[in-house]
Amino acid sequence: MDATKNLELEKKERPEPALRRWWTSKTMKRFRRNPLAITGALMVIGFVFIAIFAPLLTTPGRSCARDLGLSRATMQDVRNPLKPVFWRSLVLTPQSCYTIPRTTFSPIPQPPSDQAVLGTTSGGYDIYYGLIWGTRTAFLIGIFVVGVGLTVGVIMGSISGYFGGRVDMVLMRFTDVVMSVPGLVLAMVIITVLGQSIFNVMIAISLVAWPNYARVLRGDILRVKEQEYVAGARALGARGARVIFKHVIPNAIGPLVIIASLDIGSVVLTAAALSFLGLGAPLGYADWGQMISFARNWILGPPGNPWAYWYVSFWPGLIIVLFVLGWNLLGDAFRDVLDPRSQ
Amino acid sequence: MLPFIIRRLFFLPVVFFGVTIIIVLLMQLLTPYQRAAAFARSEQQARNLDAIIQQYGLDDPWYMQYGRWLGQVAQGNLGYSRVTAEPVLTTIRKRFPPTLELALFAIIPVIGAGIWFGTAAALNRDKFIDQLTRVLSIVGWSLPTFVFGIWLLVIFYGGLGEFLKDFAGGLFRVEPGRLSTPYIIELASGNFRSYTGLMTIDALLNGRLDIFWNAILHLILPVTTLAVVASAQIMRVMRSSLLDTLSQDYVRTARAKGLEESVVNIKHARRNALIPVLTLAGFVLTGLISGVVITETIFNYPGLGQWAASAAVQLDYAAVLGFAVFLSMVVVIANLLVDVMYGIIDPRIRYD
Repeated sequence: MDATKNLELEKKERPEPALRRWWTSKTMKRFRRNPLAITGALMVIGFVFIAIFAPLLTTPGRSCARDLGLSRATMQDVRNPLKPVFWRSLVLTPQSCYTIPRTTFSPIPQPPSDQAVLGTTSGGYDIYYGLIWGTRTAFLIGIFVVGVGLTVGVIMGSISGYFGGRVDMVLMRFTDVVMSVPGLVLAMVIITVLGQSIFNVMIAISLVAWPNYARVLRGDILRVKEQEYVAGARALGARGARVIFKHVIPNAIGPLVIIASLDIGSVVLTAAALSFLGLGAPLGYADWGQMISFARNWILGPPGNPWAYWYVSFWPGLIIVLFVLGWNLLGDAFRDVLDPRSQ
Repeated sequence: MLPFIIRRLFFLPVVFFGVTIIIVLLMQLLTPYQRAAAFARSEQQARNLDAIIQQYGLDDPWYMQYGRWLGQVAQGNLGYSRVTAEPVLTTIRKRFPPTLELALFAIIPVIGAGIWFGTAAALNRDKFIDQLTRVLSIVGWSLPTFVFGIWLLVIFYGGLGEFLKDFAGGLFRVEPGRLSTPYIIELASGNFRSYTGLMTIDALLNGRLDIFWNAILHLILPVTTLAVVASAQIMRVMRSSLLDTLSQDYVRTARAKGLEESVVNIKHARRNALIPVLTLAGFVLTGLISGVVITETIFNYPGLGQWAASAAVQLDYAAVLGFAVFLSMVVVIANLLVDVMYGIIDPRIRYD
């Protein structure tokens, strides 16, 4: 009791040193010295900002404005932090805001104009709006999938690693089977059965992602299990669940969480690929994969003007590439830092 | 090595039953009517789904259905694909060769460029070629197949298409598909014998250089799409693995013996550096297969991937199921080959 109180006091009195200790730790120093890592981190942070402030960066479409209670006169309130609608659009965003507003209903893409700064796809969907709000969709997918995949992976991995024996054998053969099917293909199967929607895309990718996490955690648990303090805890009379949750998992989970969160980039990519194939978002939903799939019908310009529809494929492609590049640079740097060989 | 291969082959049925049981269990989420739709072969049958449910016992418990399905598979019946309007097995037989051709053409540049650039970068550390390799690998690694493929089409088929059409009599013209329309019509007329199903080889066997060249032209863009994305990973691993090996004691010993630099680099260092690359090859292969589904869709290439993608969109369950089962078998066998290659490259590995 006294000990915890002291610890709390200490924390209250000196909140900075922990942060500074982390900032000046060997790992962070190595990380900060790597220019590519910094570039990656800045790119990812940039995308986080775009995702959070999407309502401020775009003009809401008709149904989105209606659901936010905005009229043409009060449209600018969405950018005014003093008005409640500003906070509402940021935090309690109505679903209708994820629908891309249409500037025209023409089946032919429209070049960049004042109305749509990056142009529109066929059907008049505003490319700029779709990409900005698509960033939100991307992060929602990434965080959901990594969260669910990690939860399932941690449960399966800890059961497997802790109990060992036949349970371990069965679970690991099961992960072998799941991992022997290419992720995209298995996700396609799952979506075909569950039905085509963004949510089912997330479920499908989570179901494909967890075996990897389960195996990593299992390996770490096997390593941690052999250490003296676990034997010590057991000698003191701690039972199965307590040993797992209080002693083994907290010591094995650190690297796994980092590995998993760096997967957000590739998860978003898989989701975009599924959407590209027509298995994801419904038509008009702000989603990068769908934005680029619009381009499939507009490869060839009209005779005499072959580059006419460049903007339909260029902008969505660019934003996806930048997003993936950011995560890859970040992930690469972290793997370098975490790799014991390189220290 | 033989017992090892046999032991690994035992994993094949494990994967087969595992994957199919997972899929059949997933199928139970559908109503019997939805499942019955997969069996309907004509409009009349589609109108009378109750009869199909009765006939195939689609409202039985899942293990009964699974057992019956296995029985069908044993007789070589994987179901009926609505998308291609023919039995799934026929479609797979027809569409596997084009996909294999695409993958084989992609593997050569992937391995070649990956190993060459990786080696050159490691041997000339921090020189121009090293920087180039690093940029190439980061860019290639970050280019999603569907973005890169679309961009290639926009540039070489859309933008430069008119120019390439007139340049040198259309010798370097590229377009989506597997062959140009006149050749497709000619092939359908039946004067062209198909020996292997691989268009380039068949064309040579038939002595038709024009078809051979046409097939190659159609392969350039999809192969580039697949290869650039996949070779980036090989480059990175090859580079770092060779850098690792070059600092080993036995490499220094080999140099101290007075061996020639090239012998040391290639025979002593590179051979050992290839081991982690081989480990990666399994992953690259799975990535390549996912890439093939997307690449074939973009380039309208009549392979397994394009079929599976449209089958998934049109809820053609039998087709998607057959595709997934077939592909997992291919992946398991390919991984087995990779494991066998280990033994050839690294004699230390014993398979017992």
